[in-house]
Amino acid sequence: MGQQVFAYIIHKDGVADDTALELIAAAGKLDTDASVTAVIAGAGSELDSVCNEVASFFDEVWKIDNPALAYVTAEVLRPLLVRILPKHGIVLVPHDHFGMDLAPGLSIKINAAYLPDVVDFEGIDNGKLKAVREEYTGQVSTHVLSDISQGAVITVRPGSFKADERKSGDGLVIDKTAQAIESGLLVGAHRFLEIIEAQVGEVDITKSDILVSVGRGIEDQDNMEMIFELAEAMAGDVSCSRPIVDAKWLEKSRQVGTSGQTVKPKVYMALGISGAFQHVGGLKGSPFVIAINKNPRAPIFQVADVGIVGDILDFIPELTERINELKSA
Amino acid sequence: MEILVCVKRVPDPSENEIEVNKDGTDIEGDDLVYSVNEWDNYAVEEAIRIRDKVGGSVTVVSVGDEEAEEVVRREMAMGADKGILLSDDAFEGSDGKGIASILTAQVKKENYDLILTGALADDGAAQVGGMLAAMLDWPFASLVNFIEILDDKKIKVGREIAGGNQEMYEMDLPCVLSIQTGINEPRYVSIRGIRKVASLEIPVHTAGDLGISPESVGEAGANTKCLDYFVPELGDGARILEGSTDEIIDNLIELLKAKGGIK
Ligand SMILES: Cc1cc2nc3c(=O)[nH]c(=O)nc-3n(C[C@H](O)[C@H](O)[C@H](O)COP(=O)(O)OP(=O)(O)OC[C@H]3O[C@@H](n4cnc5c(N)ncnc54)[C@H](O)[C@@H]3O)c2cc1C
Repeated sequence: MGQQVFAYIIHKDGVADDTALELIAAAGKLDTDASVTAVIAGAGSELDSVCNEVASFFDEVWKIDNPALAYVTAEVLRPLLVRILPKHGIVLVPHDHFGMDLAPGLSIKINAAYLPDVVDFEGIDNGKLKAVREEYTGQVSTHVLSDISQGAVITVRPGSFKADERKSGDGLVIDKTAQAIESGLLVGAHRFLEIIEAQVGEVDITKSDILVSVGRGIEDQDNMEMIFELAEAMAGDVSCSRPIVDAKWLEKSRQVGTSGQTVKPKVYMALGISGAFQHVGGLKGSPFVIAINKNPRAPIFQVADVGIVGDILDFIPELTERINELKSA
Repeated sequence: MEILVCVKRVPDPSENEIEVNKDGTDIEGDDLVYSVNEWDNYAVEEAIRIRDKVGGSVTVVSVGDEEAEEVVRREMAMGADKGILLSDDAFEGSDGKGIASILTAQVKKENYDLILTGALADDGAAQVGGMLAAMLDWPFASLVNFIEILDDKKIKVGREIAGGNQEMYEMDLPCVLSIQTGINEPRYVSIRGIRKVASLEIPVHTAGDLGISPESVGEAGANTKCLDYFVPELGDGARILEGSTDEIIDNLIELLKAKGGIK
């Protein structure tokens, strides 16, 4: 018999997240004979529509339905999962802002192994799972071996497994609410208040066809000017990676990535950007990506169409000058 | 308010290009420049700001060998009041759970109101803060980018979620928060500042001091082991433009024209 794998399903407005079907693929790679149960928490009709949406892809769907779960928070959910998960089960959770909140503590509470931010699995041997992770923001990869015989909580990097869209399950939805909530919800020490929406900035980079995107390689705020000059020459807009926003050199609305904007330009210039998955995760619609980086092994060269190994501080002014010459000719 | 901040000494990402060593057992270590983990530095800055507002003290703790002392000292130069090093041969090779249980032992010896960690470090695992909270049975929030002290029992916390949005919470103390970059602008530490704290004593606590049985931590207690390091062979990758700068620019401009990057 295969492993019993549980996939935690993130959803919003009654629709399952893209990661739902990615977790099925991940479970299949972990163990081809795995039986995969979707675990979904939420409230009312929105929850039901998510359950119906994913049911036919999974062997089984477990739902936890309570008005207090209309907005699911990790602190409230964790003790409920502890009550319903069987001993030694394998739990897959997307490695995003929710998974990072939920999963490490869950592994402690169910006394299981913890494997964070996994990008691939390479088989189970004798109760030990071999998995692939990345370290140093993707500069190197590593094989890790983890004893999962007592169960495991594994966060899976979004986008690492190609969604498995075969309808294979029998769609049985099982209501686990009573078991999960038997002795009440724990909301005391941690009270959700509200969501503050991101502020809209002076430019909307989600609408730009040409983005000149700058990263930490720009080194100094004084050098930012050359990025704007290049963007102007190319009739594009300036976007950036996160450290530029952290340093307050550009406003948050110009940040590309999972915690910033999702953009879909035709041309994307990545200048002094290493190519962390949280950054590249914000690039959609297969733009033509040009990367300029002084490190020939920077991960951005794996996603770029064209790469230039060199110093942006030297290269950009020359490029801008040449484009301007061309335009005035 | 008594605040504990957990910090790690890591290879500085802005100073190093990380490479795998010859036999793939580790990263190439010879010329690495180390510093305090970027996220931890924001956590220490935040702790100092809270202390300056509401009083109390900031303690910086690191699990590591004697070299970890330099990052603890650096954070004391920033303005932390105390430093502690948790160091023992038995701690070597600990996985995330091992580190969290060593920190738990330290926390239980004292009375802290608030514990801050960085959201993640060089291994990208983002695990220690959440595990520590679970071991202590304290509330937890990750990726925190806003903290406001409401009174000595409650705080208001913002968490960064997708798309630049923010989740707001009210949390009871004591609690554990993992800090996201950008929550503040960490102050600069001068060489002079470091010299000023050079003679301050940083106590070292061993497994024995903390009441930790050596086989429960370190390599012996680790559930997850790192087998090797490698650079994955991925698809085609980018076409690298070669030649003189002029040739590269010619080439690039043609490509940009073709793809609509120059109108
Ligand atoms: C929960 C979470 C969410 C995140 N969300 C986002 C997000 O939305 N967007 C985002 O961008 N990041 C995000 N990050 C951060 C992300 O992990 C990386 O830390 C970040 O993307 C790195 O930015 P960077 O590439 O500019 O800097 P670095 O990784 O420091 O890379 C700088 C690059 O510049 C190169 N370089 C340096 N000098 C030069 C030069 N003179 N010429 C040419 N090249 C040079 C270096 O070789 C290096 O490759 C998030 C992290 C977390 C934990």
